[in-house]
Amino acid sequence: MAFVALADLAARVPDGALLAIPPDNSLTPAAFARALVRRGVRGLRLLGVPVSGYVCDLLIGAGCVASLQTSAASIGETGLAPRFARALAAGTLQVTDATCPAIHTMLQAAEKGVPFMPLRGVLGSDLVPHRPDWKVVENPFAAGDPILLVPALSPEVAAFHAVCADDDGNVYVGRRRELATIAHASRRTLVTVERHYPGNLLEDEAMAAGTISGVYVDAIALAPRGAAPSGLLDEYAADAAHLAEYARAARSDEGFAAYLAQYVTLAEAVA
Amino acid sequence: MIQPEERLIAALAALILDPAAPVARHIAVGAASPIPAAASWLVKLSGHDVRLSLLHLQRGNPFTEGTRELFDLAGQGRIDLFFLGGGQIDGQANLNLIGTGEWPGTGARFPGSFGSAFMYLMTPRTILFREEHSPRVLVPKVAHISAAGVSPPGVFRRGTAQALVTGRCVFRFDGARFHLASLHPGETADSVRAATGFAYTEPAGVPQTPDPPPDQLALLRGPVRARMQATYPAFCARVWGDSVA
Repeated sequence: MAFVALADLAARVPDGALLAIPPDNSLTPAAFARALVRRGVRGLRLLGVPVSGYVCDLLIGAGCVASLQTSAASIGETGLAPRFARALAAGTLQVTDATCPAIHTMLQAAEKGVPFMPLRGVLGSDLVPHRPDWKVVENPFAAGDPILLVPALSPEVAAFHAVCADDDGNVYVGRRRELATIAHASRRTLVTVERHYPGNLLEDEAMAAGTISGVYVDAIALAPRGAAPSGLLDEYAADAAHLAEYARAARSDEGFAAYLAQYVTLAEAVA
Repeated sequence: MIQPEERLIAALAALILDPAAPVARHIAVGAASPIPAAASWLVKLSGHDVRLSLLHLQRGNPFTEGTRELFDLAGQGRIDLFFLGGGQIDGQANLNLIGTGEWPGTGARFPGSFGSAFMYLMTPRTILFREEHSPRVLVPKVAHISAAGVSPPGVFRRGTAQALVTGRCVFRFDGARFHLASLHPGETADSVRAATGFAYTEPAGVPQTPDPPPDQLALLRGPVRARMQATYPAFCARVWGDSVA
């Protein structure tokens, strides 16, 4: 699988797509999101798996997003995601609240090809009446045991940033194997990587355990430091100062516009 | 001088080790929780046989399938104790992480429910922690329930809140209501009552939350801090200054 340019990877996301994104501490596709902003994608339906952070907030602020399903929107230690809060208050973002294990379970149902799966807990939460797509049923194997069912969810596109990829399209995510569930459940998976891996990841026993098979991967682009300002495994740490700068800037429309101009539209225009 | 955060850490550690509660052999700590994480480290580094699974550890993260694995573990009952907080907490120990106003938080919006709707029911023991203790946080009834403190008979749940620790006091929860258990220095029964929106019981002569003894302080400022530094640099600098003791 030949690598494509980052801009070409971003061009593969159609307007209005249901796009699954992992959060700040889980191989979040930050450089890819900035490329999406430059491409001018519109009407995205984002799925935070299972929560959303910098990437989703950036896309929301740049006007790329129509709706967001997530279990929480926050940025590092700084708290609430500012553009998310702003768009929600302005009524320009449709928000569907979930709880983390429900999002994992909906994706796990999709990867198994079953229409729904049960999930313990959640009963008594106001999430349940606000989620008409979730149902509470009696456990068919034991009387008097109500249990939640959540439907399978197949994102049109999943995107994340991995460490490396080989010529067969296998990508290495290390211990972050929850990314495999997202890739398995999604119809298409787009990946950015730090570097090319010479050889075949699945022929190395140690690497294979942290590798997602190219079966699930549709296209790959090189994006060095592509998770930044988030961290990437043991490759680099999160840039807390940058995340704090973003959280401060994004509190105002002017601050966010200046951030976009400095770090997104101009800075990486050549990438 | 003892920092207020050090006292909160010690109070949480005492609750973790509460002899009246089932033993916590496996404690998980979620995102952005420096004080609960420090309390868990304090318990472990005091020599207690406990496994810690810290969700946000950058190096050596205990999960090889991220939060999906955390929730699967909890679903099976293999996590004994977890910490939760809330934008609002009410007298029935309901947690609101959604917001105020109409759903989904058209007044003040909070971050969202995270895994609380699941963890609260799946974990035998939950210690609630919220530093801000004010009538806007501790309310008679939460605007929206992210996670229910009490469930009707027949709903599967392994436990609920054991206690609520705030910046002013410690409340115990008996499964139905809160009881004022101890006051942090500078607080009185009256000052806590004025800052609390929900009803609770109050013994005559509420004890003071104990200061951490010197051996605990030494652990906190040395080994505990060393293990917190990479994940919570801002917190460590604020509480313990710039240099590692």
